[in-house]
Amino acid sequence: MTQTNSRILLVLFVAAAAVVPLLFATGYQLFQLTLVVAYALSVLGKNLVTGYGGQVSLGQGAFYAVGAYTAAILMEHFNVPYWATLPVAAITTGIVGLALGLPALRLGGLYLALVTFALAVAVPQLLKYKLFEDWTGGVQGIVLMKPDAPFGLPLDNDQWLYLFTLAVGVVLFIAATNLVRSRVGLALMAIRDQPLAAEAMGVELSRYKTLTFGFGALFTGVGGALGAIAVGFVSPDSFSIALSLTLFVGMVIGGAASISGAVYGALFIVFMPNFAEQISKAVPGAIFGVILILFMFFAPGGIASVLATQLRRLRAARTG
Amino acid sequence: MKRRTLLAGLGLAGAGGLAMPAIRPASAATLVGVTKTEIKIGHIVPYSGNASSYGVGGRSHSAFFKRVNDMGGVAGRRINFISLDDGYNPAKTVEQARRLVEQEQVAFLFNPLGTPTNTAIHRYMNQRKVPHLFLATSADKWGDYKAFPWTIGYAPSYRTEAQIYGKYIKEQRPNAKAALIYQNDDFGKDYLHGLQDVYGKDFDKVFTKVVTYEASDATVDSQVVTMKDSGADVLVTGAIPKFSAQVIRKAFDIGWKPLHIMSNVSASIASTITPAGPEKAEGVITSQYLTDPTDPDFKDSADMKEWREFMAKYLPDGDVTDANYVYAYSVATLMHIVLKQCGDDFSRENVMKQASNIKPVALPLLLPGMTAATTPTDFRPLKQLQLARWKTNTWERFGNIIGA
Repeated sequence: MTQTNSRILLVLFVAAAAVVPLLFATGYQLFQLTLVVAYALSVLGKNLVTGYGGQVSLGQGAFYAVGAYTAAILMEHFNVPYWATLPVAAITTGIVGLALGLPALRLGGLYLALVTFALAVAVPQLLKYKLFEDWTGGVQGIVLMKPDAPFGLPLDNDQWLYLFTLAVGVVLFIAATNLVRSRVGLALMAIRDQPLAAEAMGVELSRYKTLTFGFGALFTGVGGALGAIAVGFVSPDSFSIALSLTLFVGMVIGGAASISGAVYGALFIVFMPNFAEQISKAVPGAIFGVILILFMFFAPGGIASVLATQLRRLRAARTG
Repeated sequence: MKRRTLLAGLGLAGAGGLAMPAIRPASAATLVGVTKTEIKIGHIVPYSGNASSYGVGGRSHSAFFKRVNDMGGVAGRRINFISLDDGYNPAKTVEQARRLVEQEQVAFLFNPLGTPTNTAIHRYMNQRKVPHLFLATSADKWGDYKAFPWTIGYAPSYRTEAQIYGKYIKEQRPNAKAALIYQNDDFGKDYLHGLQDVYGKDFDKVFTKVVTYEASDATVDSQVVTMKDSGADVLVTGAIPKFSAQVIRKAFDIGWKPLHIMSNVSASIASTITPAGPEKAEGVITSQYLTDPTDPDFKDSADMKEWREFMAKYLPDGDVTDANYVYAYSVATLMHIVLKQCGDDFSRENVMKQASNIKPVALPLLLPGMTAATTPTDFRPLKQLQLARWKTNTWERFGNIIGA
């Protein structure tokens, strides 16, 4: 299969992802798919930092919250249209990410994990803090209006929002693919695998580490903004430490250091908890835990790596 | 609009036996989640996460409606009770509410838990015109029948509670010089508003010292000192357990002995009284509306007997000292009463109409003499409390039932 072929396949896949749900999915399912795209972007951001960059961040949920609140505050207090909040959310979270990238220079491994964890723990309380309360709505949060389809398109809010979110997602996924294939991406992976060798080759460690944090935060922040628009509500309770851990789970299950893995991871974190709950209401957490362990047992490299192996086998069988 | 008609159509088609031509498609009644043999009810509660201790409410409701079914259901229909987990995450609540309304096609939502979680679906439920009944949260805003005609609360709101405290103070200490401390958010402000409701323009004259704290504060000691220095002889504390405990302890330690009335969310012995020191809490007043399953006064009451039998048969491993089960049993009974009141018409419009036309009715496990009641302009089913005073090692109820 040539590269052109796989590109055509990809275009077909995206087209199908846009059209099929519109024809067959209910509003509720479209809403879930919209969340999948939002989470996929967030997992992608996490993947850049941890999967590609090798920096263990447990606080990715904080960037999701910053993106979500940026969108919500702009819509609520400044009457900014929902689509225009995305670039602002991207820039804001990008800057926050860069600022937090600075300690990443000094701290490595477990210490960085702990600092980012602390950030995720602090965020819900900061959002309730008096000084910001006029903006964040404090513990009550902010209720948002669902956007209608523009130009009189014959779509309801769920259909429109799904298409819109999908479009943003596709653009950012292409950007991320190009990023990891570029010199920056190579430098990142070199730092992850052999920091000393990378430095010897002339890769500036500090610069790239900070950049990774910035980019990772940016993707996650846009995901957060899209998620907030889809849910129509933000409050401190939406962004507890559990969110950061959920994104972490999504990254590992989907496949660390894999662009498409982010999509599988997002599908997992949106649909698997519901599935676990269906099996047992008494202990949904335990069921979810067992599923996680099974996944790690049978697909240690994440869903993406399993799929890639299968695909390779299929091709080998065909050519052989 | 189109979707709703479609849903109505589906509901009617599902009703099977109902003769379609007899009901015009333009009819106001929206029949979803109801067939000749079944009524689908949706419920959301945290079974997982930090607030999962509230999950017992969901288990209690499931058992309750199982008993209703065992006894023949309602109007010949069995209750299909679908309870989902949101982990107390508002984003998840939205997803689960949409799943219940759009996918499961429930007739209505009953007793979903939490203030932020219900806030997240408040507008959605009302836009869809799906009854959002008897919420498990005491915020005052669920009584807003004008802006949100499809949402109705249950327990006495914090504001109702504060109004009752205001009435009591007015009666006991007509010349009170009072102080108020409240948490600086919607929960705490309900106490401020409730007292203002009672005192009106005299509020500032009576409450000469009003202070606040943030839920993120470490201590409220300095606020307590300021309030003492104001010379107040009455103190109202609208706070969560951690801070109520601090207020009790600090006031005692600096020798301030006002008539102290404390929010009933802080009535917990384990999380307020014990940390403060039971001897320092002597004389503190709070309020109750449910019978405590450990209260010896009610050991042999008919309600308790009924409830214990229910627990023994349907929830044999449930903790019979857990007040959450008592709460759940009382609110599920109210739901059952509303369903019976619906007759044979379980359209969303009629369910909402019956939920907002409840003639005063005594529910099991409410304190004796209390009733639940609603009218189309009163969406607060419970509006009564009884005061209780901390004495040595227990809360002692005293005085009459007080209504707001």
